[in-house]
Amino acid sequence: MGFMPLIWLRVAVVCYGVGLLYSLLLLSKKGDLLAKVVEPAVGLGLIFHFVSLVESTVLIGHLSLASIHYSESLLAFLAMVVFFAFFVRYRTTTLGIVIFPIVFVLTFFSAIGQNPVIITSPVLRTRWIFVHIVLIFTGYAGLFLSFGASLLYLVQERALKSKRPTPLLTWLPPLQTIDDICYNALLFGFPFMTFGIVTGSVLLVEKYGPMFFVDPKIVLSLLMWAVYLLLLYTRWSSGWRGRRAAFLATFAFVIAICAWIANNFSRVHRFIPS
Amino acid sequence: MTYVLIGVNHRTAPVEVREQFAIPEARLPEAIKALTSCAGVEEGMIVSTCNRVEILARTTDEGARLDEFFQEFYGFDADRYRTHLYEHRDRDAVRHVFRVASSLDSMIVGEPQILGQVKEAYATARAVGAVNSQLDALLTRAFAVAKRVRNETAVATSAVSVASVAVDLAKKIFGNLQGKSIYLVGAGKMSELAARHLLAHGAEKIYVSNRTYDRAVALARKFNGDAIPFDQLYETVSQADIVITSTGAPHAIFRKEHGERFLSRRRNRPMFFIDIAVPRDVDPEMNKLDGIFVYDIDDLQQVVTSHVADRRVEADRAEAIVQLEVDKFQARLQTLDVVPTIVSLQEHLETVRQAEIDRVRGRLGALSPEQELAVEALTRGIVNKIMHTPITTLKSAARESPEATTVIDLVRRLFGLRELKVAVKEDEAAVGGGKTRTRG
Repeated sequence: MGFMPLIWLRVAVVCYGVGLLYSLLLLSKKGDLLAKVVEPAVGLGLIFHFVSLVESTVLIGHLSLASIHYSESLLAFLAMVVFFAFFVRYRTTTLGIVIFPIVFVLTFFSAIGQNPVIITSPVLRTRWIFVHIVLIFTGYAGLFLSFGASLLYLVQERALKSKRPTPLLTWLPPLQTIDDICYNALLFGFPFMTFGIVTGSVLLVEKYGPMFFVDPKIVLSLLMWAVYLLLLYTRWSSGWRGRRAAFLATFAFVIAICAWIANNFSRVHRFIPS
Repeated sequence: MTYVLIGVNHRTAPVEVREQFAIPEARLPEAIKALTSCAGVEEGMIVSTCNRVEILARTTDEGARLDEFFQEFYGFDADRYRTHLYEHRDRDAVRHVFRVASSLDSMIVGEPQILGQVKEAYATARAVGAVNSQLDALLTRAFAVAKRVRNETAVATSAVSVASVAVDLAKKIFGNLQGKSIYLVGAGKMSELAARHLLAHGAEKIYVSNRTYDRAVALARKFNGDAIPFDQLYETVSQADIVITSTGAPHAIFRKEHGERFLSRRRNRPMFFIDIAVPRDVDPEMNKLDGIFVYDIDDLQQVVTSHVADRRVEADRAEAIVQLEVDKFQARLQTLDVVPTIVSLQEHLETVRQAEIDRVRGRLGALSPEQELAVEALTRGIVNKIMHTPITTLKSAARESPEATTVIDLVRRLFGLRELKVAVKEDEAAVGGGKTRTRG
């Protein structure tokens, strides 16, 4: 990554930091403290983030997706884009309570990385790998958002059932809205995730042959996809929501993180030629 | 100039007394005219609601009483109800108007209607020409204070009745109530009220079921809903999002196993049970099911109580705002009070200066334009120097309330400022002896 993109990314991290602070304040029940500045702050962060991504792509001259920092930054960016899309629709920043910390951590680590290793494998120069990664990451973003919403659903359900008027009741959106976000984020993310996995599989079969199925990263990704599908199915067939849906969503989220970590053990994702 | 306010409200008088004072809307203009035609009354307005009657006037005479109005309009002496009437003047009257408009004096603190009622009363008084600058200033400020209280405190945000709490909770579960349906099980005043509230907030469909089918039909007709025979209750109730129960059944009619069935039929879409019956119609175990929310009468009451307590805390904050605003308003009034005196002092000295110049003019002979200017500058300089201290003193006195009147009086007496150009005729009539206060 060049010099300027890193600067922009760091500015974006500072902006997202406001979002992170907002989430923490919400948890300590002082939510309205930053409520007015959080939208412009993270919006600005998103713009700087975009500039950073475009510049680093232009600087390097090709899509440098192999850089782990770049891909974290891209994932965070897509998560924010999806978050904003849902913000426009539902007018609630409360989901940020889950999304902002994730985005902050992702961008933070990508911004402190001084000299990321850029693997110059010819595989990465194909446009298909870029498509694959954007699709998968958009799918991840949908899953993150849905996971966040399902946690908020639990919190709101608890608050309503406890019958004690807690401060939670005032800043959380209505149960129905949270549920809509939860479901629509899943619906939105699923096709991306599916096509992402399909493109990835096609690319890999072409490159390595069918043996890639034993790769831990691939196995975990497929497992996550299965859970994702299960989430959608239970919701669609019997309207699962609340505790059961949150449980499944958490499960999917944990697998997603494992799959992420598995990058380190995956041969195909380090692009080592066989 | 004085604001006088006489009134009765729900705290000082029982309804039998309040109705003696209540003025129907149609007679309000007549009453206001009667008020402003009283001796010494410059402006006036009357707020008359079921909880209060407030008669507000601005008088020229500090001691003015509105007895004449009571005789004239009500036809009885105000003394008859002296124990129920309260009377506020000046600062207290301003404070009272601010508190009433901000709904701090209401039976349910923070209820929103009163501000609208005061605004209407103000419009009526304006229409008959009974409101001029001073009352206008007071009321405009009162509306601004009410807005401030509403924005800066939470005094009016929480629901404080069982029915409105039910609406709030329904909104917390379903978002907006558009397209949601209500099922009334059993008929009763309270459940009817809750249903009415929910419908007013967007709920669309209503079903009624009752052991006596005829009553269900009657009630359903009232709401334009469907009556359903009681034996079909369990098959139909899952169609509704909100169920309000108030039957006289000795045991719970909805139990956990019913809830499970409803949920599977509804594909787990949430349901909200409002149980107003005692003994309860809904088994509290139902609340443990995912997606079913049960609130009984005590739960609702508990929310109401905690909101009322919240409102009390917020009301204290609101009182502090009102206090601050009264001070500000008072300070502004006094500055206005002092302005005419300053103006007449300036005019007085200017007349003296001109007269003196004219007097010596002849003896000075022909003056060059420079000399002319020098004379002008010299005399003006002297006058300004002399005026400086009295004017500063007046202005600072205006800011410290208790001194203002004394200082104004003193300055006027010292400089012999009896007659004022700004003074209005009836003011002069009212001003007797050394009393030289005027209105701004």
